Amino acid sequence: MGHPCPSCPGGMTTAAEKPIDVPQKPTDASGYAKTMTSKEGKFKVAYTSEPEAMPIGQIISWKLKVQTADGKPVTDAAITVDGDMPEHGHGLPTAPRVTENIGDGTYLVSGIKFSMPGWWIMTFTVKSGDKTDSITFNLQLK
Amino acid sequence: MAAAKAVLSIWGLSLACLLGFPMPVLPASGDSTGQPNLQTLHAYSEEELAQLRSLSLASLPPLPQDPTNAHADDPRARALGKLFFFDPGFSANGEVSCATCHQPATRFTDLLPLAKGMGINTRRTMPLIGVAYNAWFFWDGRRDTLWSQAIVPIENAQEHGFTRTMCAHRISDRYRKEYEAVFDKMPAINHTHCPPHASPGVGNAAALAAWKAMQPADRDKVNLIYANFGKAIAAFVRHILPQPASFDRYVEAVHTKDLARADTLISREAVAGLRLFIGRAKCTNCHLGPLFTNGGFHNVGLPNAPDQGRAQGIDDVLNDEFNCIGKYSDAKSEQCTELRFIDTNRQKYGGAFKPPTLRNVAERPPYMHVGQFKTLDEVLFFYRQSSSNEIEHQQLTETELQQIKAFLGTLSGPISYPR
Repeated sequence: MGHPCPSCPGGMTTAAEKPIDVPQKPTDASGYAKTMTSKEGKFKVAYTSEPEAMPIGQIISWKLKVQTADGKPVTDAAITVDGDMPEHGHGLPTAPRVTENIGDGTYLVSGIKFSMPGWWIMTFTVKSGDKTDSITFNLQLK
Repeated sequence: MAAAKAVLSIWGLSLACLLGFPMPVLPASGDSTGQPNLQTLHAYSEEELAQLRSLSLASLPPLPQDPTNAHADDPRARALGKLFFFDPGFSANGEVSCATCHQPATRFTDLLPLAKGMGINTRRTMPLIGVAYNAWFFWDGRRDTLWSQAIVPIENAQEHGFTRTMCAHRISDRYRKEYEAVFDKMPAINHTHCPPHASPGVGNAAALAAWKAMQPADRDKVNLIYANFGKAIAAFVRHILPQPASFDRYVEAVHTKDLARADTLISREAVAGLRLFIGRAKCTNCHLGPLFTNGGFHNVGLPNAPDQGRAQGIDDVLNDEFNCIGKYSDAKSEQCTELRFIDTNRQKYGGAFKPPTLRNVAERPPYMHVGQFKTLDEVLFFYRQSSSNEIEHQQLTETELQQIKAFLGTLSGPISYPR
């Protein structure tokens, strides 16, 4: 999320006040991959969406598969979820969360709703034992 | 749907055959009279065509099921709900019904800046067109089911000025047979167990005291009747639906490449407005889908709006005894996904309101949640000068604003409801 902007309606962010590490829109298809390595390389995370097409305006769920860097399933992860539209200064209209640890390093994330087409980012913070790292997926929704 | 698409494809094919190939070569931007040609005027990229289809009523899914209301699709509930909707007997002065503000003759609104029932309300009457497709109800989404929305105005002093116990008495006296045909057998309603002026609402101290003095079992009986009253109204209101407007016919004509027909359906000014609407003016950021709304909540920076909007609506819906997970709902709690995953960030939603449908928008001024603007011109002018990350309508000229207004006029079609 960007910096709060007191003068903006609803505390939205302004372009001028965006932090330095503002998310960058991917320039090629690899930036939209569904399997990514976390920011500091501690985890490998893959997602699948149900339904796969991710319709706008409907509550959908994702399955997250979390592995260590060397490919072992992470079965005890505490995961937080945040979705954002960096170009619009707003997030998801819902507050999704992990509702089930399915086992074998797979987690059910429920309550995701994308409110409009365009570039979205979904950021997950994964904590397992003394290791914490975050991972961001880019999506271009139609 | 698949069958409809097949018919469209065949129609498109036969049209191409009728026209014959090769197509005459036309100048790129106009003919000898200086008029732009139809191919140029009504040409859209594949992406734009998909966008047009997504806005067309042909994309409207079937009426969604309402798991919170077991009687939502019961025709007897619908008929009873219609009687309730038009009955002014459910008001303190015997003059206010749901239809006082939601008037069928004026597209189920009242054309007033602030709703007028027993008194003047604090917000404008919402359109009911396609309301069954909403996840949240009222401008601030303070209810999460259509039936729980329908009963709120009954106990509002400025609207019906009634109480839920008066409702139970009236249904018992006037509608017992119809009620019992839809719902369970109705308990005896008498003045000893059900005082006529009792309500848990905070607006009326005497009614609140009377409510508190009732036995819990009696309060529960009254709440059940009150919820069922709302469920019957919802069974009727969910069938208030938009029918194809000239815009929808235009999309169909463009889709089937019948450009001569397309050119007669909406004005060229409206076509230019449509291109702005889905393009540079970015109106579809919030007004998307066949009902032209994302159903979310947005603070668009309206003037003189101390109203907290959605920030307050979050608490109201979470505390509502008639919400999706409450005991009077017919849904299983896991079906209440909107409420389970509600975004409770009150700071984010300060002064935020729901963008209503734009269907028939040109026919039902004034605009915004307290009727701040009398005309669409005023609305469009406001949006042009308003700027934030969420609203960016670019540098639109006066002509372009008029074009968007012309396009909005093409969204007016008939409204259907159970007769």
